[in-house]
Amino acid sequence: MKPASGWDRLRAWFLLPARIWMAALFAAPFAIVIVYSLLTRGAYGGLGQPWTLENYQRLFDPLYLEIVLRSFLMAAATTAVCLVLGFPLALFITRAGPRKNLYLQLVILPFWTSFLVRLYAWLFLLRDTGLINTALQHLGLIHDPLPLLYNNGAVLLGLVYGYLPFMVLPIYATLERLDPALEEAAADLGAKPWPALLHVVLPLTAPGLRAGSILVFIPALGAYLTPDLLGGGRTVMIGNLVQNQFTTARDWPFGAAISVGLMALVGLIVLLMLRSESETLV
Amino acid sequence: MKRSLAIFAAAVYLFLHLPLAVLAIFSFNSSRFTVWQGFSLHWYAAIFQDPQLAESAWNSVVIALVATILSTAAGTLCAYGLWKRGSKLLSGSLYLSLVTPEIVMGISLLALFQWSFRWLHWRLGLHTVILAHVAFSIAYVVIVVAARLRTFSPALEEAALDLGATEWQAFRYVTLPALLPGIIAAALLALTVSFDDYVITSMVAGVDSETLPMVIYAMARRGSSPVINAISALIVVFFGALVLISERVRES
Repeated sequence: MKPASGWDRLRAWFLLPARIWMAALFAAPFAIVIVYSLLTRGAYGGLGQPWTLENYQRLFDPLYLEIVLRSFLMAAATTAVCLVLGFPLALFITRAGPRKNLYLQLVILPFWTSFLVRLYAWLFLLRDTGLINTALQHLGLIHDPLPLLYNNGAVLLGLVYGYLPFMVLPIYATLERLDPALEEAAADLGAKPWPALLHVVLPLTAPGLRAGSILVFIPALGAYLTPDLLGGGRTVMIGNLVQNQFTTARDWPFGAAISVGLMALVGLIVLLMLRSESETLV
Repeated sequence: MKRSLAIFAAAVYLFLHLPLAVLAIFSFNSSRFTVWQGFSLHWYAAIFQDPQLAESAWNSVVIALVATILSTAAGTLCAYGLWKRGSKLLSGSLYLSLVTPEIVMGISLLALFQWSFRWLHWRLGLHTVILAHVAFSIAYVVIVVAARLRTFSPALEEAALDLGATEWQAFRYVTLPALLPGIIAAALLALTVSFDDYVITSMVAGVDSETLPMVIYAMARRGSSPVINAISALIVVFFGALVLISERVRES
């Protein structure tokens, strides 16, 4: 096995930069956050002794539990809307024939565009002085601007807009691999197109639906920028709470505890998905 | 069913693209209010007269270029190393970095840098932003390059070894050229995620290292201004061009 050792040495050198970077700028920062989450907030927002678990207990304060619950509901609603929009769109692309690639690119394109710019586009449309309100006022349909922004609906809209491509792509990938003969068989056996879709295609797309749901749910749960800009401080989600503790409130230990809790949730979801994936593979 | 599916898809495509299209159209509006008053380019002229915008755009370009070079190099080598033999710890932490909420990554990097100030004489600035950007873009590079590696046959390397090449030469002259389209696509992706990032950057940037997204965010917070529409339109065109280039590269 002489040649293998050559590869091993080369491999070790090749992995070194990434290992150092991930250890120093991903693992180490998070380790510091874990340590901070066990400390007490000192005077003037500093960090101090004693060691405590109090920061974690505060997470169960009804005030914060409400924010956690709201984040869950928002992420679940985002996932549900993305499923409803994403599955038919993916189905349409799969059946688009020669223009399939173009339609797929049209889904991916916004993903390449600046996230901040895409959120600003909605601010531009929904503001009191935004395009929709201005247009409606000019048409004489309304007198005062409608409160389109800074509510749960606006945040949900922004989240769906931001993460829809994550739902479409895995569903498309699963549909692509599906054998068209299955649907033909259903048709031959007398199934109409809609029941065939519902009872044959949809169940077989389950892995794609599941992957897409995870890819949408996780970033939506930890979203910060979308609720910040479109919620305007009224729809507070976990991400905003973390940011607030590290800036305005200057309670780093509590902010750290929320971060650890959020990461634990995300890790748990990923683990559950990996487990269910391996079950379907067996 | 085909018809209703097409109508539904058209509606979703409108939802995805109309907001940006309207945003871009109003960047040519001569009025500063959201009422169309006529065609004008003066918001574009205004961009180039704003020294704060120029400085932040320059910062963003410097950060994105340096971070892209570093993360593409580290990520490509890493993807190759993992392709040779996997490492659960390393690929696990790479995947974890992808699912970590940006705000959590931002505050933990801030905590690290603040902590390091006790021992090191440095401050938040362009360098801390670059360190942070490489940290979150390595995983993207690894995934794109690894996808390319899956289509690469190890037999080619073995042939090179049989012909007397060293392992390094086999990588350098056989594998690396074959991976080039994947590496370029990965670099473009790293460039866009770095250029676009606001959340992490805003946590680890210093007073003299404001980036373009940070300035846009501050302007958007203050209120509507057609100048933001104009910058946004330029950014969309810039990113669009990048995607087209990367598609060309992938096809060739």
